[in-house]
Amino acid sequence: MTIIQILFWLLSALVLLSAIMVVINRHPVYSVIWLIITFFGISGHYILLNAQFLAVVNIIVYAGAIMVLFLFVIMLMNLNKDMEPQKSKWLKLVGAIACGCLLLVLIAALKDIDINNQIAETNTGNIGLIENLGTVLFTKYVIPFEISSILFLSAMIGAVVIGKKD
Amino acid sequence: MQALTDKIKVLERKPMTIGERLYLPAIIKGMLITFSHLFKKRPTISYPEQKRYFPSVWRGVQILNRDEEGRERCTACGLCAVACPAEAITMEGAERMPGEEHLYKEEKYAAKYEINMLRCIFCGLCEEACPKDAIYLSQTFAPANYHRKGFIYDKQDLLIPHPIEEPDRYKQALGERATALKQKAKTSEEESMDN
Amino acid sequence: MDLMVIDIWLIIEKLALVAIVVSISLLIAMYSTYAERKVAAYLQDRRGPNRAGPFGILQPLADGGKLFFKEEIIPLTSSKFLFVLGPALAMITALMTSAVIPWGGTLNWFERNISLQIADINIGVLYIFGVISLSVYGIMIGGWASNNKFSLLAGIRGASQMISYELAMGLTLIALLMLTGSLKMSVIVEQQINGPWNIVYQPLGFLVFFICALAETNRTPFDLPEAENELNFGYHQEYSSMKLGFYLFAEYIAMFISSAIMATLYFGGYDIPFVNESSLSASIGHNLVTILGGFALLLKVSFFLFVFIWIRWTIPRFRYDQLMNLGWKKLIPLALFNMVITAVVILLLDK
Repeated sequence: MTIIQILFWLLSALVLLSAIMVVINRHPVYSVIWLIITFFGISGHYILLNAQFLAVVNIIVYAGAIMVLFLFVIMLMNLNKDMEPQKSKWLKLVGAIACGCLLLVLIAALKDIDINNQIAETNTGNIGLIENLGTVLFTKYVIPFEISSILFLSAMIGAVVIGKKD
Repeated sequence: MQALTDKIKVLERKPMTIGERLYLPAIIKGMLITFSHLFKKRPTISYPEQKRYFPSVWRGVQILNRDEEGRERCTACGLCAVACPAEAITMEGAERMPGEEHLYKEEKYAAKYEINMLRCIFCGLCEEACPKDAIYLSQTFAPANYHRKGFIYDKQDLLIPHPIEEPDRYKQALGERATALKQKAKTSEEESMDN
Repeated sequence: MDLMVIDIWLIIEKLALVAIVVSISLLIAMYSTYAERKVAAYLQDRRGPNRAGPFGILQPLADGGKLFFKEEIIPLTSSKFLFVLGPALAMITALMTSAVIPWGGTLNWFERNISLQIADINIGVLYIFGVISLSVYGIMIGGWASNNKFSLLAGIRGASQMISYELAMGLTLIALLMLTGSLKMSVIVEQQINGPWNIVYQPLGFLVFFICALAETNRTPFDLPEAENELNFGYHQEYSSMKLGFYLFAEYIAMFISSAIMATLYFGGYDIPFVNESSLSASIGHNLVTILGGFALLLKVSFFLFVFIWIRWTIPRFRYDQLMNLGWKKLIPLALFNMVITAVVILLLDK
């Protein structure tokens, strides 16, 4: 086992464990903190793939901004166990069935993938570096990139409209 | 309404100009003001090493004086208590017993003598009222204390050190004030005699 | 797959560098508490601490010792773990940024070129930005775990303030990066050594960056998270002993690091002003020039630290709505304007 493999297994274990903890933790604030740890693990994976830009942007955007807003809302609402609404048995059953279907779809989709030919470029690839990513985004994928920016712009305007008095 | 003084400055609340709304000029002005204070003289006196100057007529905390042989001068006549405008002084007199002549100058002495330093206004009227030169205001101030009762000075706190046994401390406690006052009294007496 | 070739000397060298940088940051943070009290005193015509050692030079040690021996109180919080995690996070995030700052050029020792930068990663500026965005958690988690309404309010204030000012900060950085064309800190400094400092091209950008740095480090006039008079010292109200010390200390480390970032990005880093480094190194030796460059950086940093302290003792605290107005309605448009102007000028000059 090389160092990269050891790191990969450690990070994967960390990500899976913290992702499970997000779901099974009863306290929302702890869930958010576990989710932040998950993001850090994923960023670690990006670094192993030599995609430092993606790693840092993942931390800035998700761990640094979105999760702060999550925490913000949860802390302000002061959620705790007593206020957790009691869901009916049927609702739980429906939820379990829906999630089971999703799992089935995911397994069906991933079943036929040929893993052996997909070699991860650890520590050598340069797709994730900022120059290459920028070039690809502004040449090959420029239309989807700009369209997504319009999407964000409309979301921003919508937020301003909702936030304005009257 | 008619203005009472000619020093009134009418404040105009105009909307701020662009220069004022930038805030930065005002902030820089303020920063320069604080910066200029770096070079100002500091009025602080570093207390234990450095002591401030007390003039010889400074009216500080009272002392109960002794005569040259170290006997207490106070006879508990109560004139100081009467003179005190703040009613800070209380005392109890007692008779001198045979064998106590080295302690008290006269036949009557103050068994209890208390000054409440929270009341005292350091006016010096007690000093002027005393016929026996027994109470003087010294050149120090009453030190701070944690409790109110610590400010009620009894006779032990007020008595001056013994002039024969501890001459240095006696002189220090007496300060320049007693001698300065004596000098002043003498000169005024001479002046009145001249007239 | 081949094993990664590990240069054992490289690891030792980097570990030593980490130890040195961290201890220097801690030392400087310690003495900036002293400098703060001393400068405050002088600005107010007082003398400041002068009892512990000559000129009170041992005062930080006395303060630290006092904090260590204070009783440690953990209130009946919603979480003891998070209560302890808060100050730890504040301290870690404050120190982590120092990894990508080039503290000097290279040293030639035993035929090895030792770089005075812990990690010269190709996304250096973004790394700094990422770590700064994480520093919110120290305040938020500490404020929430204190189980105190004032602390919670202060934590939320701190978080929203930091998020708001991060935006303007990022926009000024974009303008700067368009100039340099690289995210590597070492390249940015290298360009400034060979050409004029970035402040010449980006005065407005620097101003916005500086204001944002004040807000990010929670310094006056933006110290709303620890507002004494309305929030009872804010997020660290329930903290005592060294946990409180960590919070206070993290603020000074953040101050030191952000001064270093400003010096590196806008004021030439370890460049010695008005001196041609290459000709100087020919005359007095390469290593000496590197060390002098390090001292030049430290001098710049101490100047910024002085400005931080000077501002604290001059300008009163903003009100919360004024803070948000300044951040969203003034600084972000200014930073956007700066960015657009920079882009236009760069395009015109290229043609």
